[in-house]
Amino acid sequence: MSTATTHDAHHEHQPSGIMRWLTTTNHKDIGTLYLLFSLLMFFIGGAMAMIIRAELFQPGLQMVNPDFFNQMTTMHALVMIFGAVMPAFVGLANWLVPMMIGAPDMALPRMNNWSFWILPFAFLMLLATLFMPGGAPAGGWTLYPPLSLQTGMAFPFLIFAIHMMGMSSIMGAINVVVTIFNMRAPGMTFMKMPLFVWTWLITAYLLIATMPVLAGSVTMLLTDKFFNTSFFNAAGGGDPVMFQHIFWFFGHPEVYILILPAFGIVSQIIPTFARKPLFGYSSMVYATASIAFLSFIVWGHHMFTVGMPIKGELFYMYATMLIAVPTGVKVFNWVSTMWKGSMTFETPMLFAVAFVFLFTIGGFSGLMLAITPVDFQYQETYFVVAHFHYVLVTGAIFAIMAAVYYWIPKWTGNMYDEKLGKLHFWISCISVNVLFFPQHFLGLAGMPRRIPDYAVQFTEFNMISSIGGFVFGLSQLMFAYIVFKTIRGGAKATDQVWEGAHGLEWTLPSPPPYHSFTTAPEVK
Amino acid sequence: MSDTALKQNNQRLLWRMLIVAVAMFGFGYLMVPIYNVFCDITGLNGKTGSVDAQSLDGKVDLSRTITVEFVTSLNETMPWEFRPAVTRMQVHPGEIGTTSFYARNMTGQAMVGQAIPSVSPSAAAAHFNKTECFCFTQQRFEAGQGMDMPVRFVVDKDLPIEIKTLTLSYTFFDITEKVKDTL
Amino acid sequence: MLVRKLIPWLSRLLGGSLLLAANSAYAEYGLNLPQGVTEISREVYDLHMLIFWICVVIGAVVFGVMLYSIFHHRKSKGAKAAQFHESTTVEIIWTVVPILILVAMAIPATKTLLKMEDVANADITIKITGYQWKWRYDYLDQNFGFYSVLSTPREQIENTADKSEHYLREVDRPLVVPVGTKVRFLITSNDVIHAWGVPDLAIKKDAIPGFINEVWTLIETPGTYRGQCVELCGKDHGYMPVVVEAKSIEDYQLWVGEQQALALASTEDPDKVWTADELMAKGEQVYATNCAACHMAGGEGVPGAFPALKGSKIATGPIADHSNIVLHGKAGTAMAAFAAQLSDSELAAVITYERNAWGNNTGDSIQPSQVKAAR
Repeated sequence: MSTATTHDAHHEHQPSGIMRWLTTTNHKDIGTLYLLFSLLMFFIGGAMAMIIRAELFQPGLQMVNPDFFNQMTTMHALVMIFGAVMPAFVGLANWLVPMMIGAPDMALPRMNNWSFWILPFAFLMLLATLFMPGGAPAGGWTLYPPLSLQTGMAFPFLIFAIHMMGMSSIMGAINVVVTIFNMRAPGMTFMKMPLFVWTWLITAYLLIATMPVLAGSVTMLLTDKFFNTSFFNAAGGGDPVMFQHIFWFFGHPEVYILILPAFGIVSQIIPTFARKPLFGYSSMVYATASIAFLSFIVWGHHMFTVGMPIKGELFYMYATMLIAVPTGVKVFNWVSTMWKGSMTFETPMLFAVAFVFLFTIGGFSGLMLAITPVDFQYQETYFVVAHFHYVLVTGAIFAIMAAVYYWIPKWTGNMYDEKLGKLHFWISCISVNVLFFPQHFLGLAGMPRRIPDYAVQFTEFNMISSIGGFVFGLSQLMFAYIVFKTIRGGAKATDQVWEGAHGLEWTLPSPPPYHSFTTAPEVK
Repeated sequence: MSDTALKQNNQRLLWRMLIVAVAMFGFGYLMVPIYNVFCDITGLNGKTGSVDAQSLDGKVDLSRTITVEFVTSLNETMPWEFRPAVTRMQVHPGEIGTTSFYARNMTGQAMVGQAIPSVSPSAAAAHFNKTECFCFTQQRFEAGQGMDMPVRFVVDKDLPIEIKTLTLSYTFFDITEKVKDTL
Repeated sequence: MLVRKLIPWLSRLLGGSLLLAANSAYAEYGLNLPQGVTEISREVYDLHMLIFWICVVIGAVVFGVMLYSIFHHRKSKGAKAAQFHESTTVEIIWTVVPILILVAMAIPATKTLLKMEDVANADITIKITGYQWKWRYDYLDQNFGFYSVLSTPREQIENTADKSEHYLREVDRPLVVPVGTKVRFLITSNDVIHAWGVPDLAIKKDAIPGFINEVWTLIETPGTYRGQCVELCGKDHGYMPVVVEAKSIEDYQLWVGEQQALALASTEDPDKVWTADELMAKGEQVYATNCAACHMAGGEGVPGAFPALKGSKIATGPIADHSNIVLHGKAGTAMAAFAAQLSDSELAAVITYERNAWGNNTGDSIQPSQVKAAR
């Protein structure tokens, strides 16, 4: 059993067994639940990606039919975005925000329990559609009508699953906001908060502002399909393109919801292993805030080919290019933090450094995609697939893995196996590039995304990419093994864990007590 | 801060945030009218404007000639015949143009259709106004019935100077089922 | 100085992978965007390369500094950590310099975009309509049009036959346009959103039901240029290629003449009585092009998604209900109405075929004249 359980023994009346997890209101328990749930979803979504890559290994149809292939691409995206990455960040926030700001727990513990326990039901509903007649949704995670309205029995399940995921995220986000506003220890002013707390605060605002918009847009889809409304039906005076506008008004901030906490994580890890304070703390905060602001006005760049007026195209192009500025500031700050440091390269640092490298590559392809006339060539090709997997896999997911390696000694009181961790890093880092880098070439050569079968000239790069995919997929089993091995035991971790670590969480014992700070620490 | 004061603060902030969330849900819906107004002004989605015949001052800009093309489509291969009387005509900005479209229900049952206009380039859409159009109302066609339907339109004098050709497209959608449901 | 070391290394890497591509059988697709065959496509290519090299240079500088730091500022080499952590000056520098670089990128991009959107003064207008899952091309001034359907045989897709050179990028009837002429495309859709794209022309535009979009091109060299649908449009999204054949103006006019003659000739005698064998033979063809994608060549359908016709109640029940569904489709499903897509004889043939193939031996048949009456 996890070490957290041993703490229960000398704590108040806690129910044991399954009831403990069902009724828990403790931020660490809920954080653990979120993280384990996300790991499970990571493997389910990953299995779908394996099916996709296996089918694309060669031209021709080998394993699945085109309809099932579309179900896989749709579900892979939904499961990875809403099931793996977002819950992982919420889990990290649950574990870390109270410890970092010197609070005993989250501000709204019962809502915290609720926001987690909605999720398994949402995903049960979503995954159950795979076994329904007509199969799972196959219209792409972007749900563009009229195509998404052709979904069969799965449609209402999909919409209600999205509603539940949205509610869960909104409640999680509200909890983070309230905790950060009301629960900070004396002396912990906003400009003293660790960057992870800052980026999460801004992410929480993005979530509260955009998840309801997604909920609204899918509700309109639902009433269009079943209740004769015509929001997106041209025949009734609606416009299918309007869905894309509403969807991406949510969708673009969502992209930053998936990456801002990752920025925060990397900004915690690099200073620790460079043994040097973060360069340009306040500019990091301002850059994060400006990215969040800009994210609300650039959504049109997802829709350059729908035929918008030239003024619209120019506006979205310029606004999108502007995002490169604060993002660049962040990268420069991380590099400057490393500069003249005294670096060591334990697993968390390796993942963080790889994040800076590979996220920047994803940023470059993002900049190329911003240029409207050239975007017409890139749009809906594998170049886009390569771009967003560089920012989401080597960006968000590498940051999450870095975070797990970095804080797991604190959470469990045990050191992870450094040798295995490094091996996991190197295999992942190499295979993920074998997986996604060739996809740039495929996209430039004109291979569209979301196709089950392709013209023969794309064969070689697809094979390379699939091989990289299989290795990357398998190597993540190692990650699960390392995590569970660490939970069960290992060398005892000190309170400080890392030589260069700073921050309130490192002043607590490893593992920390059930209620993090029962008396508020004094922050100077 | 005492425990109860903290709890009160938490509750207050929770409610504020919930109100923001609900308001943003409403904003999602508000985007529908905002989008439509925005489209009316900019012609974003190619939807055309419509004006009363009285509001036109009757002045014609003879120095410019605009070619207007007519295109027709049937959504979901609706079993109708639908074509313009002429494929293109030339008008001066400010001048009232008149043309007609022919549609015929090729089935053995009565059907109801709704025509949706769309103008390209989209920058021209806001400057293309119809005073009379079969797309203003639903069109009921008896089995086998065919009909010529007139369209009267005016191209604004402030049509951007670089636009010399514009295309008016009509797509007929079959709304027989929808109309049945509401009756 | 590390940057100087890095550039040759990067170009070696790039050169190495170029070599790899040259060895492959389809080197013409290579690693990069095609330069294409229009003025616009070349401008787009140049713009792409410009931004690519800007990114490479920035990347070389940033990664160079980072790598230098990683190799030299490590604890194992005895590096002592400096404690600086702020400098407003450098923050301002690395905010302003990128803005200047972005402005430099935006200027040529804006110019090209303005050119792309200038559809005025086109000589020919062709209407393109996306269908699940094929394209239709209508030559508005010449009064003819046709569907363009994937021509790759099922056997190649199912790996029972060798794949041809243009596997999945070949159609029965390509779009034909003249070279040296400004051609305008009006793009719309019949059902869901599709996107029409050809990389060699640097064109990609969504086809949206009820709305019309336009793009133009001016092809300089005769040839065949291939692309495919680029917006997810359902099951056979991967199987609706775009093939554009650019011909010299003389050849184009010859071709237009042929097409117009063909359009006239296809008006068939409505009262001809077909034999059951004639209907079955024609029906098999029509079925393979229009129905087999969902209902499968053997009529077994895809369980859960597309119903089987083999032994189905509809295909073996009253012929009037069967023709009604084929003619008018089934609302709320992927079953399209074929009344406007197929001729009377094609419809009669395919309905007859469905009623008598795969052991559905109803023995009855329907004549084109009866289909005409049922429309």
